[in-house]
Amino acid sequence: MGELAGWLFDPYQFEFMRRALFVLVIISVVGAVVGAFVVHKGLAFSGDALAHATLAGVAIAFVNGASVGFGALVAGVLTALGIGWTRRRTRVSYDTAIGILFVGMFSLGILVMSRRSSYTPDLFAFVFGNILGVSNADLTGAAVMAGVVLLFVWAFYRELLFVAYDPAMAAASGVRAAPFQYALLVMVAVAVVVALKAIGIVLVNAMLIVPAATAGLIAARMSRIMLIGSGVALTASVVGLHISFYARVSASAAIVLTACAIFLVTAFAVGRRPSAGVVAAERAAR
Amino acid sequence: MTQQHVPARESLAPEHAHREYALEVRDLWAAYPGQGEPAIEAIDLTVPAGEIVGLIGPNGAGKSTLFKTILGLMRPLRGEVLAFGKPVEHGRSDIAYMPQVEEVDWEFPVSVKEVVLMGRYSRLRPFRRWSKGDRVAAGEALERVGLGGFGDRQVGRLSGGQRRRVLMARAIARGGWLLLLDEPFAGLDAGVQHDLIALLDELAKEGRSILLATHDLSCVANSCDEASCLNRHLIASGPPAQVLTEAVLSETFQHHLVSVVTDANGVRVIQDERPHG
Repeated sequence: MGELAGWLFDPYQFEFMRRALFVLVIISVVGAVVGAFVVHKGLAFSGDALAHATLAGVAIAFVNGASVGFGALVAGVLTALGIGWTRRRTRVSYDTAIGILFVGMFSLGILVMSRRSSYTPDLFAFVFGNILGVSNADLTGAAVMAGVVLLFVWAFYRELLFVAYDPAMAAASGVRAAPFQYALLVMVAVAVVVALKAIGIVLVNAMLIVPAATAGLIAARMSRIMLIGSGVALTASVVGLHISFYARVSASAAIVLTACAIFLVTAFAVGRRPSAGVVAAERAAR
Repeated sequence: MTQQHVPARESLAPEHAHREYALEVRDLWAAYPGQGEPAIEAIDLTVPAGEIVGLIGPNGAGKSTLFKTILGLMRPLRGEVLAFGKPVEHGRSDIAYMPQVEEVDWEFPVSVKEVVLMGRYSRLRPFRRWSKGDRVAAGEALERVGLGGFGDRQVGRLSGGQRRRVLMARAIARGGWLLLLDEPFAGLDAGVQHDLIALLDELAKEGRSILLATHDLSCVANSCDEASCLNRHLIASGPPAQVLTEAVLSETFQHHLVSVVTDANGVRVIQDERPHG
């Protein structure tokens, strides 16, 4: 028992580990809440595109000595608006349009970076994540952005559900779909930026998709998917962080792999045993 | 055989008793952006209070466009819409709308109760949650359509007929005196369709007015007080027996029409059911 307690609590005598844990709590909650919409409105590809698009902002801010997090936020929000616009206006298919935005912004980031003679560790952190490099300022920024997103979801929960389920009836009842569809994409961008420094561009989308998808296997309502998804993300975060601490491996990779393992186990368990979730209910309906 | 519906104008809701029409559409034109020709032209249509009016037309005839223009989701090129004698902008809280079943995202994780509660939505108010009154109204509406025990079920796990009943419950929960139903019977088998028609009949007897778009002529012939035939413009409207003639139907359905059959049940159309683009 003492050994387990030691395994659990020893790492947190270091301040960088405490900061890592705090930022992971924030990422877990905001990722699961926004991820519930991402998974159930088919926005997974948009999430990945937004993550990669932030590289342009990161690189430009870095080269000019500006705040890298702010650069990522600007690039992410602009790309979110771009995705929303192409979704409504162009005749190009939606995923093609997103794909073009994705590679365009990512290439811009690489182009700007390539002007520098070498990759510096700081920039590298944004690509692959550096959870132990999270500063107090990063932590504050993440908390503020996550707070804004969660407050928005709390304030407009009914409207977000209405527009997601039935945009025509929502519009007929006075809830215009377009502003909420844009807002959703902007929320995805902000959630990506919240997790960017800790998890990294290449894996950040996993924090939106995997916990919410796992929760979707066992819950049939958005509020529960958000709650269970947060729990899944927190569990994966703590387990992954410890694995990373003791085994000296990448924390973001360990966290995402743990989340994927929870998903697989859940999918397997739900597949074999009827429960209250969507999958089980579908089975019962047959 | 579906029972004959009897119009019930006398049991009209008291607050609307002085209004003869629930809906008046006058010279309405509407077009989709970027398309040259209007989707609907010069539509004149009335729904008398307490009656069921069936709107008939092939796919692409403009039935959904007409609904969306009435609801203010599309801006008309010209013309006006009155609900209970007032411009429709001021009467929307009295109107309940049931979209085509495919327009709804059935995979989205919401419960039956949450969907019915959406009918109670009145206006944008941040941080607002459903009131007790809203929940009671939603519960009653669910009982009414025979889905009393289904409140916590995810909507995507319901059968086609149950999905239709959930959307009906949402329209009922809204408490609207005018119901616009877009293809309420599409894809339903005869038994389920019969139950739904009985429910509509009941609602009309309470004084609610119903405009429903459908392909199903027998339903209009047997259950509607009036029929209107639409193919971009209004071809005919009036009592079903007068409107559903071979001449009117062939003009309405044009190349969609394969043949018109007249038998003991009245007139029926055999039509080409190709989906429209």
